[in-house]
Amino acid sequence: MTRPRRLALVVTAAAVTGGAGWMLASAWLGPEPRPEVAAALPPGIAIGGPFSLLDETGRRVTEATFRGRFMLLYFGFTYCPDVCPTELAKMAAALDLLGAAAEEVVPILITVDPGRDTPEALAQYTDLFHPRLIGLTGSEAEVAAAARAYRAYHARVATGPGPDGYTVDHSAFVYLMGRQGEFVALFHPQATPEAMAEAIRRAIAASPRLPNVTTTGERS
Amino acid sequence: MIARRTTVLALAAGLAIPLGAPAAARDDAVEIVEPWARASLAGRNSAAYMTIVNHTAAKDELVSASTPVAKVVELHTHLMEGGVMRMRPVQAIEVNVGEPAVLRPGGLHVMLIDLTRDLRPGETIPLTLRFRNAGERVVDVPVMPAGASGPAGHGRGHRH
Repeated sequence: MTRPRRLALVVTAAAVTGGAGWMLASAWLGPEPRPEVAAALPPGIAIGGPFSLLDETGRRVTEATFRGRFMLLYFGFTYCPDVCPTELAKMAAALDLLGAAAEEVVPILITVDPGRDTPEALAQYTDLFHPRLIGLTGSEAEVAAAARAYRAYHARVATGPGPDGYTVDHSAFVYLMGRQGEFVALFHPQATPEAMAEAIRRAIAASPRLPNVTTTGERS
Repeated sequence: MIARRTTVLALAAGLAIPLGAPAAARDDAVEIVEPWARASLAGRNSAAYMTIVNHTAAKDELVSASTPVAKVVELHTHLMEGGVMRMRPVQAIEVNVGEPAVLRPGGLHVMLIDLTRDLRPGETIPLTLRFRNAGERVVDVPVMPAGASGPAGHGRGHRH
């Protein structure tokens, strides 16, 4: 497989059932040390933004709730038997590799299956992976809005009869967002926990904790 | 020296109990190497992984599987398209001669759907595998932590 010589983040428009959206088709960094990590986006492409969801206790949270810390974010669902556990385990392993610095990072699973993933279900599920992993859910519209902000693709696919007879196709990227909620890095499913931990360490070093960091003032 | 030779003879005669590969099922036709499944919760799904070696002279196929701990068991694969994982059922998993079928995270797996109970790390679950030629095999599958990426002895978070 040939890789592009330079960073090329291919963003493809995709018609998604229930609403057209942008989808991250692929993210490649050229012949760099960590081809699975994209740390820059093409001009005009933004990832991240406001969301309003419920945490595992049913409490309303927004992107501002986590401001001041880094977010390590994944879109998945608790009925996902293979890919989500793999990615969530990598996030957990990356946190363990960080040691005390992991305190600067909030690991988050945003469900793409809010119909089944209640706050209680997410609380049980996230404990399987890491005690600090937080699950977020919400209404279909709230989850769709969050996924749209992060250009996370998700589409329900019927697999059989009955209310549980479906799975959810979804993009398997892990996002690292900065202290102000800004995009820092995107990890391809090939990324290792070591690569994640290293990217997080560098991000923390580049953005030491500062009290009362002022923002542009656009966000409350 | 004598003991070693005895062991070799016993192995050659097919009499040795497999010590190194826990829960490995072995007969003349197919060998199931390092099976494992993910811990998960009752009502949720899990996946079982393994390597299947075909010791016969003809291609075989894993055509179905079942376990008492899941209401439905399906054979699945993942198609990776630009960072999007699409999980899809497959009719069968080919086990070619000289080319083991590798079931692992992010690829082929036996999906355990709608678990009848929690699967806890450290326990084993029985899994019946049905092969087109080799027939039915029952394997004891160790349950690994939900975040495991391989069978026992393979490090957490380790990728192949």
